Amino acid sequence: MDALLLARLQFAIVTVYHFFFVPLTLGLSVLIALMESRYVTSGDPRYKTMTKFWGKLFLINFAMGVATGIVQEFQFGMNWSEYSRFMGDIFGAPLAIEALLAFYMESVFLGVWIFGWNKLSPKLHATVMWLVAIGSNLSAVWILAANSFMQQPVGYALRNGRAEMTDFFALLTNEHLWIQWPHVFASAVATAGFFVAGISAWHLLRKSDNLEIFRRSFRWGVVYGLVGTVLVILVGHTQAQYMIRVQPMKMAAAEALWNTEDPAAMSLFTIGNEKERRDVFAIRIPGALSFLVYNRFSGEVRGINQLQDEYEQTYGPGDYVPPVAVSYWTFRIMVGAGFLMLLLLLFSLRAIMKDDVVDSPRLLRLMLWAIGLPILANSTGWIFTEMARQPWIVFGLQRTSDAVSNTVGAGEVAFSLVVFTLLYAVLMIVDVKLLTRYARVGVVEPAPGAEAPQAV
Amino acid sequence: MDLNTVWFILITVLFTGFFFLEGFDYGVGILLPFLGRNDRERRVVINTIGPVWDGNEVWMLTAGGALFAAFPHFYATFFSGAYLALVLMLVALILRAVSFEFRSKDESPTWRNRWDWIIFSGSLVPALLWGVAMSGLLYGLPVDARMNFTGNFFDLLSPFTLAGGLTAVAVFTLHGAAYLSLKTAGEIRERARAAAMKVWPAAVILLVVYVVLAGTTTDFFDHVGFNPGVVPVAAILALISVRYFLGTGKDGWAFVMTAFSIVCSVVALFIGLFPRLLVSSMNPEWSLTIYNASSSQYTLKVMTIVALILVPFVLVYQGWTYWVFRKRLTVDSELEY
Repeated sequence: MDALLLARLQFAIVTVYHFFFVPLTLGLSVLIALMESRYVTSGDPRYKTMTKFWGKLFLINFAMGVATGIVQEFQFGMNWSEYSRFMGDIFGAPLAIEALLAFYMESVFLGVWIFGWNKLSPKLHATVMWLVAIGSNLSAVWILAANSFMQQPVGYALRNGRAEMTDFFALLTNEHLWIQWPHVFASAVATAGFFVAGISAWHLLRKSDNLEIFRRSFRWGVVYGLVGTVLVILVGHTQAQYMIRVQPMKMAAAEALWNTEDPAAMSLFTIGNEKERRDVFAIRIPGALSFLVYNRFSGEVRGINQLQDEYEQTYGPGDYVPPVAVSYWTFRIMVGAGFLMLLLLLFSLRAIMKDDVVDSPRLLRLMLWAIGLPILANSTGWIFTEMARQPWIVFGLQRTSDAVSNTVGAGEVAFSLVVFTLLYAVLMIVDVKLLTRYARVGVVEPAPGAEAPQAV
Repeated sequence: MDLNTVWFILITVLFTGFFFLEGFDYGVGILLPFLGRNDRERRVVINTIGPVWDGNEVWMLTAGGALFAAFPHFYATFFSGAYLALVLMLVALILRAVSFEFRSKDESPTWRNRWDWIIFSGSLVPALLWGVAMSGLLYGLPVDARMNFTGNFFDLLSPFTLAGGLTAVAVFTLHGAAYLSLKTAGEIRERARAAAMKVWPAAVILLVVYVVLAGTTTDFFDHVGFNPGVVPVAAILALISVRYFLGTGKDGWAFVMTAFSIVCSVVALFIGLFPRLLVSSMNPEWSLTIYNASSSQYTLKVMTIVALILVPFVLVYQGWTYWVFRKRLTVDSELEY
């Protein structure tokens, strides 16, 4: 394998791995802040028990996010130095602001939160958790501002052989950012909801001690997850309509739409021949794709062949078709997982409203396994959005093959790839083992009366 | 003063803050297996930096991000050039970052002991590599006319850069010992002070050797920019004075002096570099400078405004956390974890 392919593989592995932990941090930080606020305003010690129990799991997850995040900051320079030269003027700024505005906030205040239970008033302690939650979610805004430029470049000029920033506010008001961030935030909320509901389900199945804590946590998880899932689906729909305008090739690849159609059919299931760009077997719903895009059953959706011709005229000869099978299937897994999540949450909601969830063991067992669903959707979503932008690393401006470090040899990348993969595999085993153990231990009820909050 | 110079100063400030703060974190990590004789004592040692280490490490991430934003060519050349060294450092930092959390999650002594040694190496390796890497900037690396690094891992190693690495380890260990004697009470404090006494001669000798090598093997004292003059001398004198303060039980002053010595050393290094960021050993003309490696003036302007607004807030609330956790810890303290 050549250095480029190895570097891409390494980026994919370390970034997808990092993003196993990030959404849970984003979503869970807000949920725990809500629990702690509830404790402070109600004085009900059960909420403190909940805050501490979920907080412990949050911290194990957070440590993994921080540890794997360090690589993210360094690897652009290490493996993508030509990208860093070409894009530094634009890409470095949001990254530096992310560190200054967000990383300091979440890291500094999390330290205070962990060690400050008996040093701060309950009110101030809860406020500190909110600052952690805000810091974490602000970091998402800035890193997505950087990524949005790669999808939809704005506010720049090509000068001195690189993209130079001409309008900082264009970067911040990039339409792509304000569609992508809500999508990521909502998916993080859903991820945390499923995590809390799933682990609570396990305890409800076991009829563990302190069942009331887990009944309550299950309710919180389901409602929170439902809010996230509904939002993520709604925003996702808007996102697809936007994508067809600015990155039509991405949408065409997601649908394996070889040729322009009007009205355009939506694929339910396609086995295609990528080389010859044709369907081998396909089930398609006539007009449905046009409906998704234009809210009516007609309207042109451009296909891969026509877009390839268009791009050759704009950008010169070359292959502008992303890997179609990967795009098609990751898109479907993401959307499929999303709707499955919605279905499970609706059943859970009905079970909560109707009677005691403890009496629905089958649903609880499903919810335990469903912890993985949002993680699957998050990962496939990112693989889709990055792969279906290929061959570009920055859409229309720089190709991935021109972005890689030209002084780092294949041997060096192969070495680091093996090292990171092995290290991450070992850490994953340890992390899952610890999370499982602490999720199973359950909660320790505080001594009655001893933990009442100060007057509020 | 132009914006390129402003950003050179800001980068200096960020690296100074990073080495001042992470310096004692690394030092505490290096001393951990030696100062804590049982599990509870080791927990006390870890908890002296427990609430603050993560916030301190953000100084490194911010310095990295700021380099990317202000001097992208430097970020690209240096980070791809020092590839294998950085891989090694990242592995150490990743393991160290999880170890603080994972260590306490199992009662077994084998498990805890293993993580203690990971904290030790996860602190030692970055300290050593940062010392080597920062010295390499001044010593010179094979960088060609197109800003491409043309050497390999071993080009990073020279007597000067190795002295830089060892000096960093010794001074950070001393700095960590001074911090521990300031943050603990009782037996651990006594042991920390004894450890500081033991490390002190090595730290002083190494720093002197390092400064001498800077004078003889680099253009530190005679290049076209500024003469660093008294700054490196102040670093040495401050470090020498630590012995006096340790002997008279003035923990606070001992810590202030190790800190001051680190600040002077980093500042001196950057003065020696100015206006360069990375010296080319192939041809001085090909060195990366704050002008040929920088972002556009527009980006520098935006980032200057952002930094001026945000940095004061960061300093205030990070300072506040040190106030919250100002009490000395002992084995009888209430410890989280």
